[in-house]
Amino acid sequence: MMKGLKKWRVLALVTVLSVLLSACGEKDLSALSPAGQVGKDQHNLLLLSTGIMTLVIIVVVIIYVLAIMKFRRKKIGEDVIPKQVEGSMTLEVIWTVIPIILLLVLAVPTVYLTYKFADTKAMEVKKADNVVTVNVTAKLYWWEFEYPNQKIVTSQELVVPTGQKVYFKLKAGDVKHSFWVPSIGGKMDTNVDNVNKFYLEFDQESKDLKDGVFYGKCAELCGPSHALMDFKVKSVSQTEFDSWVKNMQATAKRTTSGSLEQQGEDIFKQSCISCHATSGSGTGTGIAPNLATFGDRNRIAGVLDHDEENLKNWIKNPQKYKPGNTMPKPEKINKGKEFTDEELSALSAYLMSLKIEN
Amino acid sequence: MSSLATEKKGFGAMIWEYLTTVDHKKIAHLYLVAGTMFFVIGGIEAMLIRIQLAKPDNDFLSAGLYNEIMTMHGTTMIFLAAMPLLFAFMNAVVPLQIGARDVAFPFLNSLGFWLFLLGGIFLNLSWFMGGAPDAGWTSYASLSLLSPGHGIDFYALGLQISGAGTLISGINFLVTIINMRAPGMTYMRMPLFTWTTFVASALILFAFPPLTIGLFFMIFDRMFESNFFVHTMGGNTIIWEHLFWIFGHPEVYILVLPAFGLFSEIFATFCRKRLFGYSSMVFATILIGFLGFMVWAHHMFTTGLGPTANAIFSVATMAIAVPTGMKIFNWLMTMWGGSIRITTPMLYALGFIPSFVAGGVTGIMQASAPLDYQLHDSYFIVAHFHYVIVGGVVLALFASAHYYWPIMFNQMLNETLGKITFWFFFIGFHLTFFFQHFLGLMGMPRRIFTFLPNQGLDFFNLLSTIGAFMMAIGVTLLVINVIITAIKGEKAGQDPWGDGRTLEWAVPVPTPFYNFKQTPLVRGLDPYWIEKMEGNKEGMVYAEPLSDIHMPNNSILPFIISLGLFISAFGAMYHQETTWGLYVLIGGIGLSVLAMIIRSLKDDHGYHIHKEDLMDDKGGNV
Amino acid sequence: MDYNTKHTPHTWPKHPETASMEGKNKVTGFWLFLGGETVLFATLFATYLALKDRGPSGMKFSTHELFELPLAFIMTMLLLTSSLTSVYAMYHMKNFNFKAMQAWISVTVLLGLGFLGLEIYEFVEYVHKGFGFRQSAFGSSFFTLVGTHGVHVIIGLVWFILLMLRNAKRGLNLYNAPKYYLAALYWHFIDVVWVFIFTVVYLMGVM
Repeated sequence: MMKGLKKWRVLALVTVLSVLLSACGEKDLSALSPAGQVGKDQHNLLLLSTGIMTLVIIVVVIIYVLAIMKFRRKKIGEDVIPKQVEGSMTLEVIWTVIPIILLLVLAVPTVYLTYKFADTKAMEVKKADNVVTVNVTAKLYWWEFEYPNQKIVTSQELVVPTGQKVYFKLKAGDVKHSFWVPSIGGKMDTNVDNVNKFYLEFDQESKDLKDGVFYGKCAELCGPSHALMDFKVKSVSQTEFDSWVKNMQATAKRTTSGSLEQQGEDIFKQSCISCHATSGSGTGTGIAPNLATFGDRNRIAGVLDHDEENLKNWIKNPQKYKPGNTMPKPEKINKGKEFTDEELSALSAYLMSLKIEN
Repeated sequence: MSSLATEKKGFGAMIWEYLTTVDHKKIAHLYLVAGTMFFVIGGIEAMLIRIQLAKPDNDFLSAGLYNEIMTMHGTTMIFLAAMPLLFAFMNAVVPLQIGARDVAFPFLNSLGFWLFLLGGIFLNLSWFMGGAPDAGWTSYASLSLLSPGHGIDFYALGLQISGAGTLISGINFLVTIINMRAPGMTYMRMPLFTWTTFVASALILFAFPPLTIGLFFMIFDRMFESNFFVHTMGGNTIIWEHLFWIFGHPEVYILVLPAFGLFSEIFATFCRKRLFGYSSMVFATILIGFLGFMVWAHHMFTTGLGPTANAIFSVATMAIAVPTGMKIFNWLMTMWGGSIRITTPMLYALGFIPSFVAGGVTGIMQASAPLDYQLHDSYFIVAHFHYVIVGGVVLALFASAHYYWPIMFNQMLNETLGKITFWFFFIGFHLTFFFQHFLGLMGMPRRIFTFLPNQGLDFFNLLSTIGAFMMAIGVTLLVINVIITAIKGEKAGQDPWGDGRTLEWAVPVPTPFYNFKQTPLVRGLDPYWIEKMEGNKEGMVYAEPLSDIHMPNNSILPFIISLGLFISAFGAMYHQETTWGLYVLIGGIGLSVLAMIIRSLKDDHGYHIHKEDLMDDKGGNV
Repeated sequence: MDYNTKHTPHTWPKHPETASMEGKNKVTGFWLFLGGETVLFATLFATYLALKDRGPSGMKFSTHELFELPLAFIMTMLLLTSSLTSVYAMYHMKNFNFKAMQAWISVTVLLGLGFLGLEIYEFVEYVHKGFGFRQSAFGSSFFTLVGTHGVHVIIGLVWFILLMLRNAKRGLNLYNAPKYYLAALYWHFIDVVWVFIFTVVYLMGVM
C-alpha cells in the first residue's frame, strides 16, 4: 500500500515536472519543445533521467528532514552522548546496489541512443540522390550550408525537408564552433581538424513559428561575437524543398531589374564579389556568406532586424555590430573611400532584391 | 615618534617573517589571504558577468571585454581561489590532525605557495598589460592560437608557474601523510579530511603533468612557432582538449574531495557522533579519485569521438555516482541518531547536502551522452558545475572558515552574523543557478556576452542576476564578520566548539610553532574524543618523553626561485617583439637555478628547541 | 640526529639514504615525483604517436628515412652502461667507500656526456636536413619528447657534478647520502625513459 502510494506520487511529480518543463521557452529555440525525432528522443531521456534523479532527491530529502527534526540537540538534551555507531554493512550494500540499478535503467537507453544518433551510413552511399546531405562550414560568426547532391549552396539560413533524416558533415574554417538547433536536437562540434557527421530530423514545418524559422546557435566559444553567431532553419515540405532547390539552381542565371538595383549590382561587382557569391548554384567558397537569398532572410548578419537601415549600418561598419568578424570596412574595398549614401542605397536595394521567394 | 618607528620595524619584520616562513600554520595564513584576494577578484568578475546578462541586448560590457572577464572568472576561481583556499585549510589542519610537527618538506611548502602566488599575480597583471586571456578557462586550442595580443600567453605562463606550485604542494602532502603520522595513527585512523587531502594530492600528482605538457605545447605554439595545434602543419587541436580534460576532470575531484573531507569533520563534530561508515567513506574517496581519471572524455561528447568512446565514457561517468551516493547517505546516517547542534559550520554542512545532491544528479544527466548533446556548452552546464563547485566547494570553504577560525587565529567568528551570511549566500546561490538549468534547456549557449530579446530568456536571466547580488551580500557580510572579530580580539581558547574529536583540537591555542611538545599517541579513530570520553584531564597520552625538537630554518630562497620564474615569464612572452626578451627569459631562469643551487650546496640542518625551553613554554606564539 | 657525525664503515647504517627522517621523506617524495614524471613522459609519448609523420602537405620527412638505428643504438648502450656504473657507485655508497663512489659517478657522468654529445649531433643533423622544431607537427613533437629527455639528462649530469664537487673534501655523511641516492635514482629513471624512446621512436619508427 505504502509502496503504491509512493509510486503514484513519483508519477504525479514527473507529470507535473514535464508539464512545467515543456511550458518553458520559445518553441523555435527551446530543447523542451522538440520538433524532431532526435530532439524528442533526447527529451524523453531528459524526462527519464529527471524522473530517476527526482526520486533520488526525494529519498535524500526525506531522510535529511527527518534527521534534522528528530535529532536536534535542543530536543534530545545538551549532555546526551549519542551512541558512536561504526556503520552498517546492510545499509552500505543497499545504497550501493539501488543506485547501480537506477543507473542501469539510464545506461541502457543511453548506449542505445548513442549508437543510434551516430548512424550516418546512409549518407556514405554513392549516388544517394534522395538523401539530403548538408556540408556545414562554420566560420567566424557565419555558417555556410552546401548541398552536394543538389549542387547548391546557401548561408545563414538552412533549408531542410521535413519527414526524413537530414545528414550533416560539419567542419570549421578557422576556429572551433559547434552546430546546435536546440528545438530539433543536440549539437555537434565543428572541428578544424576533421569532418564530423551526424543527422537530425525535422518533423514540423517552421512556417507556423513566430518568425517562421527555428533558431540555431553556435555553442562553442569562438571569439568576441560568439553570442551573435545565430543561424536559422527553415523546415519545409518535400515539394517545397524540391522547388526551393530548383529556384536555388536557377539563381545562376538571374538578372537584375530596376535601375537602382542595377546600379547597386555594379558597385557590388566592383567591391564585394571577390568574397560574396550571389549565385546559389555550385559549391561553397567558404570565404564569405553566399548572398543568393539575401532578400528572403529574416535577419541582417544573423542578429539585426531585416531592413535597409540596418543593412546600410552593417555595411558601413561591420565591426560595430559583430566585433571580430572578417568583413572589411568599405574603405578597404572601395578604393579607399567610404560608400556614399547613394551608393549604400543602391547596394542595399540590390541586396534586398536577391530573392527566390515571392 | 619612537613607537611609530618600532611599529614600522615590527611591520617590516612581520613581512620578512612571512616572506621567509616555512611554518605550515603561517603558510596557511598566506594561502588564506591570497586565496581570499583572488576569490574577491573572481567574485567581482562574476558580478560584472551577471550585470551584463541582466537584460537582453545589454551593452554594459563589450563583447571582447566580456570574454576576458568570463575567462578570468573561471581561471581565477578554480586555480587561484578554490585550490589555494583548500590548501590553506590543508596546511592549517592536516599536520595537526596526524600529530606532526610540520609538513615533510617545509621549504617546498613555502616554494609551493610563492609559485602559486606569483603565477596568480602574473596572470592577473594581464589586465594592465594589454588585455586578459579571452578563450575561456578551457582555452581550446584553435581559438587560443588565434587570439591576438598576449592574453593567452599570460594564461599559459601564469598557470604553468602556479601549477608547478600546486604539484609541489601535492607531493608534499602525500609524503607528510605517508611518513609523518604520529605513533598509532594508522591509515584507517586518519581523519577524513586527511584522507581526502591524501587522495586529492595523489590526483594532483597525476593530473597536473598533462596540464603542464598541454600548457607547454600552447606556449611553444604561441611563442616559439611550434605546430602541435596548427592543423595546416600537421598539428591537431583535439590533443589540447584531451590533455586539458585529462587534467580538468580530476581537477574537479581535487577540489571537491577535500570539501567532502571538511564536511565529514563538521558532521561528526556537530552531530557529536563518530562518522557513520568510516571505512566505506575512505573506500568511496579512493574510488572517486580512481574513477576521476577514467571519465575525462565526457567533456568531449560533442567533439566527435565516435559512439563507442561516447558510450564507454557515459557509463564510466555514471559509475562515479555510486561512491558519491555512498558518501551522501553516510553523512545522513551520521546525523541520524546523533545530537545535531546547528552552528554556522553545521548550517553550511546542512545546506551542502541538498545543493550537492542537486549538482550531482545533473552531472549524471550529462553523463548520458545523447542527452549531453543537448546540454553540452549550454547554460545547463553552467548551472551544474556551479552547483558542484559553489554548492560543494565554496560552502565547504565558508563552513571551514567558521569551523577552523579558532585554530588558525584563536578567535571565533560571530555566530549570528555567520548564520545571516549563510542565508544570504545560500538563497542567492540557488536563485542564481537553479534557473540556469532551464536557460540551458531553453536554448541559451554558455559563454555568450548577450542574448536577443523575445527568445524567452529574459526573466530567468534577471532572476539569476538578483541571486548573484544576494551572494555578493553574503560574501561582504563574511568579510565584515572577519573584521569585527579581529577588532574585538576575543580569544577562543582550546576546543571552543566543545565537541572536537580529532587531534587538531587537542593542541593549545594559539598553536605553538612546534605544534606538539610531545608527539601524541593515537589510540583509535577520533583520538581526542577517545581521551575525552575516558576523562583524560591532560588531553592526550604521549608517545615520547619531553625532548629536544628539531625545527627547520626560515628561508627566502623559495621566494627568489619563484621570482626568477615570474621574471622569465615576461621574457618568454616578449622575446619575439623585443630585443631584451630573450635576456630576461634566460636571466629569470638563471636566477631560479642559482637559488636552487644555493639551496643544494648550502647545508641547512635546521635548529633545535631545547627541552628546558620547552618546559617553560606554556604554548602559543608570543 | 647529528648529520656531521663522522662515520666508519662499521657505524654506517645499512640504508644510509633512509636513516634520517629527512632522508626517508626525500626518498618517498622522490618516488612520488618520479610517478608524476612518468605521467609527464606518457603524455609526451602519446602526443608524439598522434603527431608522428604529420606535417604540412608535401612534407618529405618520415620516421623511416629520418632515423638511423646504429646511432640510436650506440646512445642506448652509453646510457645503459652509465646506469650500471651508477649502480656500482651506490654499491660503494652503501659500503661507505667514498672514493670508489666518486670514481664510479665520474664514469657515469662521462658516459652521460657522451650520450648528450651524440644527441646534440643528431639534432644538429636533423635541423641541417630541414627537419626542425618549427617545420612540422612531427618535428615539434619529436624534438619536445626527445629534447625533454635531453634536458633531464643535463639536469642529472649537473646534479651529479655538483654533488661530487660539494662533497669532495668532506666525504659521506647521513646528510648527503640521500642526495647521492636520489641522483642515482633519477639517473635510472632517465635511463628507463630512454629505453621507451628507443623502442617507440626509433625502433618502431624504422620498422
